[in-house]
Amino acid sequence: MAMATKLSIKALYKIFGERGDEAMRLIESGKTKDEILAETGATVGVNDVSVDIEEGEIFVVMGLSGSGKSTLIRMLNGLIAPTSGTITIDGDDIAHCSDEKIREIRRQKISMVFQHFALFPHKTILENAAFGLKIKGVGVAERNERARKSLAQVGLEQYADSYPEQLSGGMQQRVGLARGLAAEPQVLLMDEPFGALDPLIRRDMQEELLELQRSLGKTIVFITHDLNEALILGDKIAIMKGGRFVQVGTAEEIVGSPADAYVEAFTKDIDRSRVFPAQRVAKPAEALQKADLVAPSALSAMERLGRDAIYVVENGKPVGVLRYRDAQGALQNAGGDCLSALVTSFPKADRKKPIFELYPLARKGLPIAIVDDADQLIGVVEPETIFAELAGDDETVEEEAALKTAAE
Amino acid sequence: MYSPADMLEIPFADWVDDFVRGFLVPTFRPVFRAMQEPVDFLMQNLDAFLNAVPWLIFAAVLGLIAWRTAGRGMAIFTVLALAFIDMIGLWSETMTTLSMIITAVVFCIVLGVPLGIAAARSDKFLSILRPILDIMQTIPSFVYLVPIVMLFGVGTVPGVIATIIFALPPIIRLTNLGIRNVRGDLIEAAKAFGSTPRQILWEVQLPLALRTIMAGLNQTLMLALSMVVIAALIGAGGLGLTVNTGLGRLAVGTATAGGVGIVLLAIILDRITQGLGEAKKRTDESKSVKGTVSRLLKPIFGGSRSTEPAE
Repeated sequence: MAMATKLSIKALYKIFGERGDEAMRLIESGKTKDEILAETGATVGVNDVSVDIEEGEIFVVMGLSGSGKSTLIRMLNGLIAPTSGTITIDGDDIAHCSDEKIREIRRQKISMVFQHFALFPHKTILENAAFGLKIKGVGVAERNERARKSLAQVGLEQYADSYPEQLSGGMQQRVGLARGLAAEPQVLLMDEPFGALDPLIRRDMQEELLELQRSLGKTIVFITHDLNEALILGDKIAIMKGGRFVQVGTAEEIVGSPADAYVEAFTKDIDRSRVFPAQRVAKPAEALQKADLVAPSALSAMERLGRDAIYVVENGKPVGVLRYRDAQGALQNAGGDCLSALVTSFPKADRKKPIFELYPLARKGLPIAIVDDADQLIGVVEPETIFAELAGDDETVEEEAALKTAAE
Repeated sequence: MYSPADMLEIPFADWVDDFVRGFLVPTFRPVFRAMQEPVDFLMQNLDAFLNAVPWLIFAAVLGLIAWRTAGRGMAIFTVLALAFIDMIGLWSETMTTLSMIITAVVFCIVLGVPLGIAAARSDKFLSILRPILDIMQTIPSFVYLVPIVMLFGVGTVPGVIATIIFALPPIIRLTNLGIRNVRGDLIEAAKAFGSTPRQILWEVQLPLALRTIMAGLNQTLMLALSMVVIAALIGAGGLGLTVNTGLGRLAVGTATAGGVGIVLLAIILDRITQGLGEAKKRTDESKSVKGTVSRLLKPIFGGSRSTEPAE
């Protein structure tokens, strides 16, 4: 999964206030944000942030208000000039380039979606969506066509001639998204785009964004104050506090091993079953080869493992599951041939699937086969594990995880 | 009794005389001449044109404009008022006054809007401009006439120049205010898409400030109306002259007729400019410049200007 770095941020600082140099020295000597404010009156917006954002990923920055996340995202397209550090996109340093160059980058590579939509009230929806193209100097016929396409992507082409005030909040933000996408940027900056929407609409918009991203594959930097949103959307998540990145990692890493008490406090109420992938609670499959399948050995394997059913694989792929009583029946009736006793409509799930989504499969009462991208069986999840997980029994997860690590 | 004048008498008036007559006027005469020229040109042509247009056509056009901007009632009022002015024998004077006002307002827009934009862009420029505007607005209108006569002489054109200076502040102030009041996130959005300052101005700031600028235009127009009358004191023609003559001869009737003419003209112009500034119930046309202009043109071209076809 080697991906190219799209945006590279190195040792980025932003200090607001007149005595910036002095504040920088205090930062270097290890003073906190509050101490610096008391001593110099300067506010530290962003404090030593370094990160590489990969092409095609959704990078979510999560932090409470005042954590510096809005300042950070505005530095990525030069709306705020950093005090020091570099921001590189395709070899160009946004932090140190001419106004003309930065406008060029904004027109060609980076666009932005705003928290309060920031649609132009005097322009129609179509004109709003075409704004970036107009600024680029694209002719009226072409920009209208491309803006229409972009509106179609968010399902609003029939509102092209309306005005923003005639649309609901959710629809307005879709226009904001269409405006951002119409210019075909490589990087999309989203500053708390769903923050001003009510929860149901927000949920829809998150799913819609993921859906769009599947086909577009843009590099997205997404700001939010809602950890749930971060976990749903983020390929990678940075937790920000006092201008610093406290932790950067995948949803699983953030929830599974919080870097400090601050992150832990956030993750406490998170529904783990929505964050942890199936493979985290999977047990070793201990599968039997289809070629050597005979009832007595299968029965003894199940007895040894203490399981009611066992998977059978061929070339590593699961082909069926053998239940204990079917194997016994096969031994008595068919003289040990249990191929016909295999249950071939077995529950199967990708290893990355959230545990939460395994629930319908668990109701079959059979262990769930967990496979990787190449359909190779890498483990099984017992239905009881899922039920325990959904009941919010944290210990089981940890236990299972521990079991898994031990088994490996 | 002690009085400061016992100790020192300052010949202030003499100093000013010496400065203006001895230095300013001789040195800068070509400059002031040159400044008069565009005003003179526009004023003369407008005056000739408006006086040449037959009453019927003028009333029809102004009535139409009033109808599109301020409604049917205002259109009827406009036509009746114009008829009344003609009947009391003040048509030519009214046209002269109108051409003076239009000239003054045109120059106020040409000077005031760019100054307002500059003030909105630079706090420094605003801090220099603001006290000047404050002084301009506190000086009584009469006092304007003194330096104008000194520098430009007497007549209609100096009268118009006095009017321009007197009526300029509101449009500068409200242009500045309108642009500064445009929502910050919209400016940020425009920037985020790579707009140049010029693009931000034309695409976002001016269209959104238009209502406020139109309110400024209305104020400027009203000030111009009041000044155009006072300008008669330095030899400007039009309705102001009628009032002035009436006052001088104690001819109450003449003065009143002139006054009524001015009031009627003021009401018509005020309502029309207010109508332009107000956002109408927005249908297919926006409150942009384009919308306002096309609203005016629509009846003339029979509403043939259709936007893109609906689905």
